[in-house]
Amino acid sequence: MSPLDTVLRDPDTPRITLDRPADYLHAQHTLRSWFFTTDHKRIALLYLASITGFFILGACAAGLVRLSLVVPNGQIFSNDTYNKLFTMHGVIMIWFFLIPSIPATFGNFLIPLMIGAKDLAFPRLNLLSWYVFMLGSLFTIVVLIVGGVDTGWTFYAPFSTTYSNTYVIPALVGVIIVGFSSILTGLNFVVTIHKMRCPGMTWFRMPIFVWTHYAVSLIFLLGTPVITLALMLLVMERAFHIGVFDPRLGGDPVLFEHLFWFYSHPAVYIMVLPGMGVVTELVAAFSQKRVFGYKFVAYASIGLASITFLVWGHHMFVNGQSQLASTVFSFLSFAVAVPSAVKVYNWTATIHKGTIRLDTPMLYAMGYIGLFVLGGVTGLFLATLAVDAHLHDTYFVVAHFHYIMVGGTMLAFLGGLHYWWPKFTGRMYPEAWGRVGAFLIFIGFNVTFFPQFILGYLGMPRRYHSYPPEFQLLNVLSSAGSTILAVGYFFPLGYLIWSLWFGKKAPANPWQAKGLEWTTSSPPPAHNFLRTPVVDYQPYDYANKTRDNG
Amino acid sequence: MSGPASPADYPLLLWPAAASSAAAHVDYLISAFTAVTLLLTVPIFLAITWFALVYRANRKVYRGNPTDRNVMVEMSWMLIPFFLTLGFFAWGAQLFDVSKHPPGNAMVIQGIGRQWMWKFQHPGGQSEINDLHVPTGQPVVINMISQDVIHSLYLPAFRVQTETLPGRYTQVWFTADRPGAYRLYCSEYCGTDHSVMDGEIFVMKPGDYENWLNQAGSTQSLAANGKRLFASYGCTGCHGAAATVRAPSLAGLYEKPVPMADGGTVIADDTYLRDKILNPDHDLIAGYKQVMPSFNGIIPEEQLIQLIAYIKSDQEPVR
Repeated sequence: MSPLDTVLRDPDTPRITLDRPADYLHAQHTLRSWFFTTDHKRIALLYLASITGFFILGACAAGLVRLSLVVPNGQIFSNDTYNKLFTMHGVIMIWFFLIPSIPATFGNFLIPLMIGAKDLAFPRLNLLSWYVFMLGSLFTIVVLIVGGVDTGWTFYAPFSTTYSNTYVIPALVGVIIVGFSSILTGLNFVVTIHKMRCPGMTWFRMPIFVWTHYAVSLIFLLGTPVITLALMLLVMERAFHIGVFDPRLGGDPVLFEHLFWFYSHPAVYIMVLPGMGVVTELVAAFSQKRVFGYKFVAYASIGLASITFLVWGHHMFVNGQSQLASTVFSFLSFAVAVPSAVKVYNWTATIHKGTIRLDTPMLYAMGYIGLFVLGGVTGLFLATLAVDAHLHDTYFVVAHFHYIMVGGTMLAFLGGLHYWWPKFTGRMYPEAWGRVGAFLIFIGFNVTFFPQFILGYLGMPRRYHSYPPEFQLLNVLSSAGSTILAVGYFFPLGYLIWSLWFGKKAPANPWQAKGLEWTTSSPPPAHNFLRTPVVDYQPYDYANKTRDNG
Repeated sequence: MSGPASPADYPLLLWPAAASSAAAHVDYLISAFTAVTLLLTVPIFLAITWFALVYRANRKVYRGNPTDRNVMVEMSWMLIPFFLTLGFFAWGAQLFDVSKHPPGNAMVIQGIGRQWMWKFQHPGGQSEINDLHVPTGQPVVINMISQDVIHSLYLPAFRVQTETLPGRYTQVWFTADRPGAYRLYCSEYCGTDHSVMDGEIFVMKPGDYENWLNQAGSTQSLAANGKRLFASYGCTGCHGAAATVRAPSLAGLYEKPVPMADGGTVIADDTYLRDKILNPDHDLIAGYKQVMPSFNGIIPEEQLIQLIAYIKSDQEPVR
């Protein structure tokens, strides 16, 4: 091994700073250099800023929904306003925050860094993805705020095609446009992971984060066209009464449910898989230990992405779907829990005998595991036919998917944001504030959503503007929890922005983590690495102390 | 009314009332499943917390021989929980199977969902809006259809719900065994007043139910009404008792196989009969020329139910 190679692979070897090119943040300064950039890292930050804005909007809508539910008779907002608010919350959070969240920001930034590439395979396509995303999402958001839509994020026919008097078509057009952004991003990731890996970076030397993004990209590519088709049919039915979904025109409303969930169930794994990837990185780094059962975890990611296409019917147990179909879908939904369970057990085993630091990212990772497990097992309850017949469309379902999407994806997003913040910005966040924020979010989340499991079991249906008085106490508890959650969110929002100017300067590898992204400077140079890295070691090579300085 | 006055009397509920033995079975299933999942997950939570404390970076503990793979361990924690939970899949599927097959002697109540109310019709013709009265000890099927969007009739006290679809009949059934007042809801989002499309289901002893039926009053049963409509829409002209030439007699047709022009057979259930009245051009039957006019947009949903009730009651054997 030549001395030069050692320097390239070893993060902690002092470098001659004078020769170092300006990092990607300081390479150029004009506004133009941001909005017409093809640098995957800058595009990732464009996504990060946009989806943070969308998250705040979606969270405000959620706050108003929780405010309305403090009283049982719904006197705070009118019924139509309430219906528009929960639709706004759902549409923004699902289509414009959760689906792009981790892939478009962390995936964009980190996949090339993690596999030792200079950029994604198609940098200009990547920029186009962002513009397509912004076009569709801003258009729909303007429609949601100015006009309003009351169909819920699920757009069930024939309510959406015939009976709703709101701006359904424009809202759908925006969502359809955003779908193309997902397809382009998925395509870009697949080609990048196949073709751009640096010398020595074999498939089984890739971090799990890259594996999960590969799996997600496949879902983007195979699933998104189906929802595009379904929503286009919806637009045509509403505009031209073509008779696909409305039985009065000879259509079948259940067909829409099939098409919708054929994409939208896999979409849950678009949200969940990248979060699993993030948490795997966090658990390994903060345990200073190789991921237990690396290959199982990698295969489990692909397994999840495959089986998830075969379980959509579990959203339709009570709609007259044949009993045989329901039984098969129930069975497959139990099967999809297997790869998820593999991941949870493997994370636990990774922590065993690790060298553990409980910094903010690790707190988020541990919170994630707890909430994801609870969300996962309640999913098994819902996959059980006779139980779903009771819990379907109640608050139990609402609690279940918030445990998966907020407890899962959102905590992974925040954990990853703290973990890679030094790499993104070159600054450290304040650790103490970070831990307080993580605790508040964890507690606020549970106080908000745990009572909803009970409400659902008691029989409170979802999407109810007014509700029977016996449910008020639990609803007030849930709304109180949401204020704690909101305060918790303000912590990272505040101190992360503060740290951009006042945070401590970050070293190349503040966590002593393995992985190529930590071998380049923080923030990285415009082309990521000064010289193309060469990999001749296993992923998560924590056992090999020879490459450590310590 | 006997039993609790209203569910609203309870300030905080923690477990929902169960008004049928099927509901109690679902509760057993849920409780057992909860116990097993706790068994599977609590050790994970404890282990993570324990490891995070014991193996903190600043503690000097034994970290020798760490493993990063063990196929036996991995296979076992993959398969054991899977097979354990499969038991609940089977249990749930079995209860679901029961919930899909009402007993033959069940009483049929017709339900119509529309934005934003429920209308229920008893076999004797008594109808009610949003509320529903049912007797104990008697299996009750609610045969539903929607007049507009998708609704869903949700009866938490029986732990059942079924979507109410436009253009197609769906059923939900139960046998109530505890008198009282329980809530019923629309659980599928259906627009502006979705949350007030609810009411109460009154479970009564058979004698009380009879009294209620008498008080509610009704001039004619559903089938009798249907017979009147059958004549007034001119159906008798072709489908009358003596008809053989232009159209088949409908006596004894209900739930029987009908030979199709293209070969197969179709069972003449509610959805089939409704579809044939509205769209006679669909599913042409063998041996007859299609000459029937469509009644789409002419006969409202309620009258369709009455017509079908009549066809159902007309059980003379086919000649």
